[in-house]
Amino acid sequence: MVRRRSFIAQNPSVLWFLLVLALFTLVVTLMSESVGSGLISTSFVKTLGKTLCLCLVAIAMDVVWGYCGILSLGHFAFFGLGGYAIGMWLMYARTEIIVTASLTNAAIPPTPQEVSDAIATQIFGVVGASEFPMIWAFADSLALQLIMVVLIPGLLALIFGGLAFRSRVTGVYLSILTQAMTLALSLYLFQNDSGLRGNNGLSGLQNIPGFRGTPQAEISLWFFWASALALALGYVLFAWIVSGKMGSVIRAIRDDEARVRFLGYHVESYKLFVFTLTAIIAAIAGALYYPQAGIINPAEVAPIASIYLAVWVAIGGRGRLYGAVIGAVFVSLLSSWFTGGGAPNIDLGVYTIQWTDWWLVLLGLSFVAVTLFFPKGIGGLFDYLVRKQP
Amino acid sequence: MSTLLEVSGVSVTFDGFRAINNLSIQIGEPELRAVIGPNGAGKTTFMDIITGKTKPDEGRVLWGEKNLSLLGMSESQIARQGIGRKFQKPTVFEDQTVRENLAMALRNPRGPFEVLFYRKTAEGAAKIAEIAAEIGLTDALPRRAGDLSHGQKQWLEIGMLLAQDPRLLLVDEPAAGMTPAEREHTTDLLKRAAQTRAVVVVEHDMEFVRRLGCKVTVLHEGSVLAEGSLDHVTANKDVIDVYLGR
Ligand SMILES: Nc1ncnc2c1ncn2[C@@H]1O[C@H](COP(=O)(O)OP(=O)(O)OP(=O)(O)O)[C@@H](O)[C@H]1O
Ligand SMILES: [Mg+2]
Repeated sequence: MVRRRSFIAQNPSVLWFLLVLALFTLVVTLMSESVGSGLISTSFVKTLGKTLCLCLVAIAMDVVWGYCGILSLGHFAFFGLGGYAIGMWLMYARTEIIVTASLTNAAIPPTPQEVSDAIATQIFGVVGASEFPMIWAFADSLALQLIMVVLIPGLLALIFGGLAFRSRVTGVYLSILTQAMTLALSLYLFQNDSGLRGNNGLSGLQNIPGFRGTPQAEISLWFFWASALALALGYVLFAWIVSGKMGSVIRAIRDDEARVRFLGYHVESYKLFVFTLTAIIAAIAGALYYPQAGIINPAEVAPIASIYLAVWVAIGGRGRLYGAVIGAVFVSLLSSWFTGGGAPNIDLGVYTIQWTDWWLVLLGLSFVAVTLFFPKGIGGLFDYLVRKQP
Repeated sequence: MSTLLEVSGVSVTFDGFRAINNLSIQIGEPELRAVIGPNGAGKTTFMDIITGKTKPDEGRVLWGEKNLSLLGMSESQIARQGIGRKFQKPTVFEDQTVRENLAMALRNPRGPFEVLFYRKTAEGAAKIAEIAAEIGLTDALPRRAGDLSHGQKQWLEIGMLLAQDPRLLLVDEPAAGMTPAEREHTTDLLKRAAQTRAVVVVEHDMEFVRRLGCKVTVLHEGSVLAEGSLDHVTANKDVIDVYLGR
């Protein structure tokens, strides 16, 4: 006799999460400048939308690390690649509109080659180039570039993970390898001839081609909604994966991968699946994040960014999806409060603690404290509260 | 009884120490075989070689009707050939329930996508219930495996072995930490399993081996010292010197 209860019924926390997210989205919408009271500024709507994207990459990190035990310190590289992929189309299409508008006034109609050269000069002038590099071949098509958002990070994860897992690189060695990957990527992007404008990165991404007349207040809300939807879908997808037999196998791999092999499971395939899938979700999160941030540059994929990601998940509580969300929200908002000068400096007489400088120290200390004293993170509190009830 | 597993001329060296020395053993199907020997004789290493955990320096390990070599296969491939193993130190997934542990072991397709879209079936549930009853863990099904007693973990691991429905069961010291009544039950279980498959049991407890009532292989310093019925091997002078006479 099997009782097939629905997935949601078996996982009430998913329903709670979706309810909270829907409520949050509604409240923000009603308080936005565009359709609501205007209590929340457009720039704060963007901050909240970006935070939702960070939550999405955080749950991906939680699945790969908290559930499957692969401490990847490179998932922000996939996030950044997603941002670059969408940024290429945004820059291309917007520049194309500007260039064609200015050339239509010319006496002789421009040839397609002239248009293309003019766009290239506009985009690559800052790095002293005037031709489109190969990697921009699909930048004129939104559909193709959206495929690139998924394809490029997905392939990178597949190849990198395939090599690493097949050689049975595990533990701290794998973490170091993933750090090397993101370092290599950011160093490559820093080069002027990388074809992605070196350290200038891609900018003006908040201007959506074809929506020149639409105020940012409205665009920001659309992106906020899209981010909320992506987070909701990502959450349901991951919750479904980790709650079934797949979840059972990947947790077993985390706890004792050798034993899983003797049960007949090809551990490397499972790791590769989880690694690649989470990389793709991270890339989608990045593709939604950077149009809200307006700019992406190589510093975004610096190795430290991926370490922060692990810190969020650890503080929020790994091995539980809502923990990753809590960690990402809590730490990233707190971080912008401290670094944005929101926190009052503390005058100690001999020394003034400036939070813009000291915030990282505080974050580091909390990370150590959580690891040592609250291995279940903030999310662990929920267990405590739920178990308290009869 | 046809030969299922043939180990011949196998040697393994760990840092210059020969743990297995020109070892040859044949296991039939169906067959129940006990492997005994003093500590460090190489009993566990013998199982490590068959299951692909340890690669031998020389020798052959052939499997099944087609005489496939197991040496080129990975651990998971060997397991999918139908070789299941219970470890000396019980290793179950402590963070998961007894049911989840058994469900993972159940004989089902092992690929990631098959597992991803796996739906619980009535047969699967019935099989789990049947095994749980057999290993006396019916009431413990929803419990965390880590909360079980040592003996119960042994049972669970035996249950996982049965759930895999392998052709060859390698059972390393199954009775450690069990009460006499539990030991008796374990012997019954293994004997029943051996009616249709090959079962190799490593055990120190002579009473346990006697109750199995099967052919015995005595290992010493990595090779076979004697083979035959328990009475036959215990009468062997070499065996008395190195093992029993201590
Ligand atoms: N990975 C290894 N590295 C080095 N030495 C090893 C390794 N595995 C086993 N040995 C050595 O090989 C010898 C045989 O070990 P094995 O575990 O097979 O003995 P055993 O017969 O199972 O003993 P016990 O009855 O104590 O379980 C021992 O001396 C052991 O120290
Ligand atoms: Mg042993």
